[in-house]
Amino acid sequence: MEFLRPTTWTDALAAKAEHPSALPIRGGTDVMVELNFDVRRPDVLLDLGGVKELGEWSPSNGSIQLGAGVPYTRIITELGERLPGLALASRTVGSPQIRNRGTVGGNLGSASPAGDAHPPLLASNAVVVAESVRGRREIAIDDYFTGVKKNALAPDELIHSVLLPLATGPQQFSKVGTRNAMVIAVCAFGLALHPRERVVGTGIGSAAPTPVRAPEADAFLSGELPWETRGSLPETVGLEFGRLVAAAASPIDDVRGTAAYRRHALSVLARRTLGWAWHDYQTGAWS
Amino acid sequence: MRVTFTVNGTLQEADDVWEGESLLYVLRERMGLPGSKNACEQGECGSCTVYLDDVPVCSCLVAAGQVQDRDVRTVEGLASGDDLDPVQEAFIEAGAVQCGFCTPGLIVATHELLRRDDDPSDAEIREALAGNLCRCTGYEMIIDAVRLAATRARTGVRQ
Ligand SMILES: Cc1cc2nc3c(=O)[nH]c(=O)nc-3n(C[C@H](O)[C@H](O)[C@H](O)COP(=O)(O)OP(=O)(O)OC[C@H]3O[C@@H](n4cnc5c(N)ncnc54)[C@H](O)[C@@H]3O)c2cc1C
Ligand code: FES
Ligand code: FES
Repeated sequence: MEFLRPTTWTDALAAKAEHPSALPIRGGTDVMVELNFDVRRPDVLLDLGGVKELGEWSPSNGSIQLGAGVPYTRIITELGERLPGLALASRTVGSPQIRNRGTVGGNLGSASPAGDAHPPLLASNAVVVAESVRGRREIAIDDYFTGVKKNALAPDELIHSVLLPLATGPQQFSKVGTRNAMVIAVCAFGLALHPRERVVGTGIGSAAPTPVRAPEADAFLSGELPWETRGSLPETVGLEFGRLVAAAASPIDDVRGTAAYRRHALSVLARRTLGWAWHDYQTGAWS
Repeated sequence: MRVTFTVNGTLQEADDVWEGESLLYVLRERMGLPGSKNACEQGECGSCTVYLDDVPVCSCLVAAGQVQDRDVRTVEGLASGDDLDPVQEAFIEAGAVQCGFCTPGLIVATHELLRRDDDPSDAEIREALAGNLCRCTGYEMIIDAVRLAATRARTGVRQ
């Protein structure tokens, strides 16, 4: 095995071009588990830990450009107001030790259907910025997940950052797990209200081969919400929203839960997060 | 490969490190620092917790090569000589140690919590220690120990 330690992004891209089979590692919270248990034996490890710019974020045109290597802990402490959905999801990842190392870039790299960053990225229409020596490519989050633990990256590409529109309305995230800390989600749900556009964004985790949206639920709710009056929501709206979210999932039975349970839990998560988000909208300073 | 990094204030060198090796392995097997425990090697138990550049991490999930030129502080680096760190003393006094396997990781996690906040609520204590499993104590005495260490950190009193 070779261990490459580029210190600049240019060198990292050159290394990936030269060794397309190299396995990138940043936080290592997915990669090291696989190495420790002999699940993987890459011929080259490409340590991105020394590439400073991956650990930075900056405002950019109404969005935050979030470096692929910013750990969850910093998303929670530094971006909670601007990216509330992602910050809420980050709070549920693993434990403090895991959040201190784990990154959104790594979550996207693994592309697990259970990745907790994914529902908020879907709900807020994020864009994945991939780069290679051939240039830069912006991948809409809808086109990023291509199968179970598969993504749209080319062999010579690395994730540079994620573009996340600044929240213009309330965002929520909720997940069901068997205990409070350190759980892979049985199912998870992210919700973003976009009051300017009068639309709703959703993201479902752990309930289909990839993270998915619930487009019919989005369309239904966008039309039903009393955006103008900020009036209270009839219970039937929440119930129907929950039903449509559950219908958008295609869960399986596995050790963490049955498909039927997942559908039921998703409908509850959808209804609850809607209640919280709508309350925030009614009482908050959103315009 | 060779990895050079600072451990508990001293510059150390490890030779012939296998590229997929963890920091935990290097600390225990190459540097003779068995304080960090190896239980799960998958980030679940926290018994291998160390500071990496002042941030608590699971050393089993850090590739050895990733600590080149960086700063690691293990539980061994918290006491000064025979003087235990106040967190270590509080764990002993509160009876928070039974088999002791989880203790080093819990000490590092507690040490970091109290550096940030010397008056944590019980909920904050539980959240800060959520990455550290104990098979023996049932956690109540561990939480007592954290409260004791916090009180002493606030009041500066050590009996
Ligand atoms: C105990 C434990 C609990 C966990 N709990 C959760 C949880 O609750 N929710 C959750 O979502 N995840 C959880 N995880 C999984 C993991 O922490 C996350 O997936 C994390 O986001 C991975 O980030 P990382 O930087 O550590 O990735 P790494 O392990 O460094 O990399 C992960 C993958 O991404 C690739 N990669 C990394 N950076 C890049 C890049 N810039 N460009 C291209 N590819 C890249 C790697 O090659 C690898 O395939 C847990 C893991 C552990 C060990
Ligand atoms: S041995 Fe590292 S977390 Fe268990
Ligand atoms: S005292 Fe035995 S595992 Fe905690």
